[in-house]
Amino acid sequence: MRQALTLGGNRALLTRANPLAKFIGVVLITIALALSIDWVSASVALAFELLLFPLAGLTVALLWQRGWPLILAAAVGGWSTAILAPDHGRILLDAGIWSISEGSLQLGLGFLLRGLAIALPAVLLMSCTDPTDLADALAQQAKLPHRFVLGTLAAMRLVGLMAEEWQTIGMARRARGVGSHGNPVQRLKATLGQSFGLLVQAVRRASRLAVTMEARGFGGARRTWARQATFSRLDAWVLLGGILIPAAAVAAALGAGTWNIVLLGQQ
Amino acid sequence: MTDISAQQTLTTGRTHWRVVDIVVAALIAVAGGVIFWAWSQGSNLVSVPLNAVYPPLTGLYAGGWMIPAALGMLIIRKPGAALFCETVAATGELIMGSQYGASVLFSGFVQGLGAELVFAAFLYKRFNLPVSLLAGAGAGLFCGLNDSFLPWGWNIAYETGDKLAYIIFCAISGAVIAGGLSWLATRGLAKTGVLASFASRRAASEPVFS
Amino acid sequence: MTTPEVRPAAISARGWGWRHAGRSRPAVSGLDLEISPGERVLLLGPSGAGKSTLLHALAGVLGDSGAPGAGDDADADETGALLIDGAAPRAQRGRAGLMQQDPETQVVLSRLGDDVAFGAENLAVAPAEIWRRVAEALDDVGLAGLPLEHPTSALSGGQKQRLALAGILAMRPGLLLLDEPTANLDPAGVLEVRDAVGRCLDKTGATLVVVEHRVAVWKDLVDRIVVLQPGSATESAVLLDGPPDRVLEQARDMLIAAGVWVPGHVPATRARAAGGADGQGAPGQGTGDTPADPAAGGLLLAAEKLSVSRERPRRAGLLKGFGRIPPAPVQAGITAQVRAGEALTVTGPNGSGKSTFALTLAGLLPPAAGTVSAATELSRGAGIDPYTWKAQQLIARIGTVFQEPEHQFVTGRVLDELMFGPRQLGRGEERVDELLERLRLRDLVDANPYTLSGGEKRRLSVATVLAAHPQVLVLDEPTFGQDANTWAELASFLSELLDAGTAVVSVTHDAEFSQVLGGRELRLGAPQPELPGRMAPGVAAP
Repeated sequence: MRQALTLGGNRALLTRANPLAKFIGVVLITIALALSIDWVSASVALAFELLLFPLAGLTVALLWQRGWPLILAAAVGGWSTAILAPDHGRILLDAGIWSISEGSLQLGLGFLLRGLAIALPAVLLMSCTDPTDLADALAQQAKLPHRFVLGTLAAMRLVGLMAEEWQTIGMARRARGVGSHGNPVQRLKATLGQSFGLLVQAVRRASRLAVTMEARGFGGARRTWARQATFSRLDAWVLLGGILIPAAAVAAALGAGTWNIVLLGQQ
Repeated sequence: MTDISAQQTLTTGRTHWRVVDIVVAALIAVAGGVIFWAWSQGSNLVSVPLNAVYPPLTGLYAGGWMIPAALGMLIIRKPGAALFCETVAATGELIMGSQYGASVLFSGFVQGLGAELVFAAFLYKRFNLPVSLLAGAGAGLFCGLNDSFLPWGWNIAYETGDKLAYIIFCAISGAVIAGGLSWLATRGLAKTGVLASFASRRAASEPVFS
Repeated sequence: MTTPEVRPAAISARGWGWRHAGRSRPAVSGLDLEISPGERVLLLGPSGAGKSTLLHALAGVLGDSGAPGAGDDADADETGALLIDGAAPRAQRGRAGLMQQDPETQVVLSRLGDDVAFGAENLAVAPAEIWRRVAEALDDVGLAGLPLEHPTSALSGGQKQRLALAGILAMRPGLLLLDEPTANLDPAGVLEVRDAVGRCLDKTGATLVVVEHRVAVWKDLVDRIVVLQPGSATESAVLLDGPPDRVLEQARDMLIAAGVWVPGHVPATRARAAGGADGQGAPGQGTGDTPADPAAGGLLLAAEKLSVSRERPRRAGLLKGFGRIPPAPVQAGITAQVRAGEALTVTGPNGSGKSTFALTLAGLLPPAAGTVSAATELSRGAGIDPYTWKAQQLIARIGTVFQEPEHQFVTGRVLDELMFGPRQLGRGEERVDELLERLRLRDLVDANPYTLSGGEKRRLSVATVLAAHPQVLVLDEPTFGQDANTWAELASFLSELLDAGTAVVSVTHDAEFSQVLGGRELRLGAPQPELPGRMAPGVAAP
């Protein structure tokens, strides 16, 4: 988990783009895809996203390693939509509360692809964005209150430590006779106890970290920034991509006649 | 040099966010994320079959996502705590790789808002068990609505009855898991002394119902 | 090269006192103290004398921060005056820099250079000047060899503390406040930090106030020692004040009684019985498989060509058929034996996998390769590999005391904490009484374990593990950060256990501690993750 918070030597082109520009691009893609459930717009966007992988320094193997839960989740989402969406067209399967029709299957497939197409841009974004740079852009350029942005950034740095501590507390409690095996009730109790142990450490550590930050003058109204967040020509390209990809996806779906605005009902 | 904020703190202590409020709130959200991540490692065996059988049942463990909203407010006790913690938790999820993509930020914001509104309705003066349960239910309700009716919601294509079932399950789960467990955790934390710098340090000796 | 920007600070306390929010008694009261610019002061005193509170107040973080008890609702109470250069500390952020004990929370940001720049940014220093100061500060603390993008999470404890010092120096403070800065560090780290502080003081001439109970570390660096006591309205909070040698001479007995590590004094401990090490003496003799200790009993636990790692085996992806990828071990080829009534001390440099080895030996981590096997005398039908034992089986056989006692607390009350093990096992509650007495926990039975002092927590964590009657006791850095009294109690108690036939395995940097226990030493080599085939094997040395 610790690695997730640094770029780990990633030197790809998009690591040099402004985090805010990348974020806006991702939001635009997300909104466009969210508007419709159809396999065409989702597939087109997905294809573009795969093309962007090398620019973000991401490989398919790396994605598979980190992203398989996302793929599983997309599949489950597609499945649940297929069995629960209102049926229309030929009924393919009917088993009590489950029913899959041609219409709901198509919807389910569209859902699966759309889920992936929405999840991937965020994975792309974070694989080429250092959280520190993101915080700099949010505070300096998006003008979010710097105390909140930097306080959060400092706390986020401890996520790896928290994950390690979770494991340590688990072992420490086993050494006291609290088993992580046994029946579900015992396991639930053990997990709740372990969670509480982690919360105590989280509050303790956060309090100490706050003292450290305040003792370094943090919390005042005015501060300077050693790292200036700036926009460059690259960011114009990023934004352009953030407009063109969803535009292409929507145009393709409209052309193919599959565009299907969710808010107006999907019948 | 920058003593203005320090002076302000002494006068507007009840609503002004100190550095320690911000950092502790953020780390609670982060730790909540780690805890839920660890839970879900073990709960895949439960959740996948649940989803396969009757997907709205997954609403029953949705409350796990909303713990930061309730817990953050119960500890920090300042306006915006639920909103802030849940948004930070969602940001953390985004960084770790979320199946919901960037829409997780909005979902987090909405869930936090659900809890925030309940605490605000009690003017940020009541943090007892009923208010906690209600706040958890509020977060769950908003979570269910978000998932069922907004474009990025996962259940947008469900039939109305199934949507309703999902929303109810979310609210129940929010009340019990996010509201109830957070309330218990806050009392436990107060007894350990780690909340010494917050008004919630007295949580363990406060009445349960009033 | 001198740094003209630094103006040493003067401290003046007149009848100063502070009561934390929600407390009935003040943490400090009636403090009168004058410290001139450039003076270097070591603060001593029993726990509860308010040393940390004073440092927090000087750092300007009391009343508005996470300092313990810094209240939220104007409930805290200040009396008298505490001034830096004649003004309130809180009104002059950056005038004082504070370093605390836990290295993990002394780092704020993820990249080395950013972290050093953080304080200067908060003081609104111009960016170009900030980077000039960053380079200079990193050079001053001896971290200039690392790139500015170096991840701070990859630093050792000693390096993290030096990084914190660099972050403080970049603010150009006139006052350095160190709150037990080396308590969580190994001996090499302690010297690293102490020397860096010394160099920086020589260069800047800043005033120093350090709180630390290991006097020897700081004695030669300071020119004044102030001993505090819990003050009151009538009695001064300053018990003694003067040059180091004089104060140490005058207050020697009092300081020893208060658990302060006074130079040249090793706390008296119980001597091992005949056959064991002779208290202050050398570790027992013996090589290879022969017990070092003639009185040592049979073999209980053995590690054979053991590789250890904290990471679990990863599942390979679909393409590799979901096989398991073994983690890269931090240490490989360890062979060791644990015998009844014998002490085994595990030593080695940072990152050599000492703790990981101990946890694996104790059945808490699976071996990455090789085996851990329990003799029948220990396993008593539970199987050979301790990792496969159920938690209840484990605690009755191998007890493990973790470095951080809080990680092991499972209830909200000291007595329940002690009864927990026996209740799990359905027997042994009678020993709880003896442990309460022996480890001086009697008066604390109703307290919440998390609210105890550091020494009390340590004693409790040892007692809770022993309440389940394990034949093997594994301890991870049991003496870290402990005062001399707790240290002596712990060492004496363990030597008693050894004589009674318990095997004691301890991971420690503390040479004096392992000397009291005697037995054998297992020295692990430096980590060499790049060359798994040529890793320095752990060798059991006599």
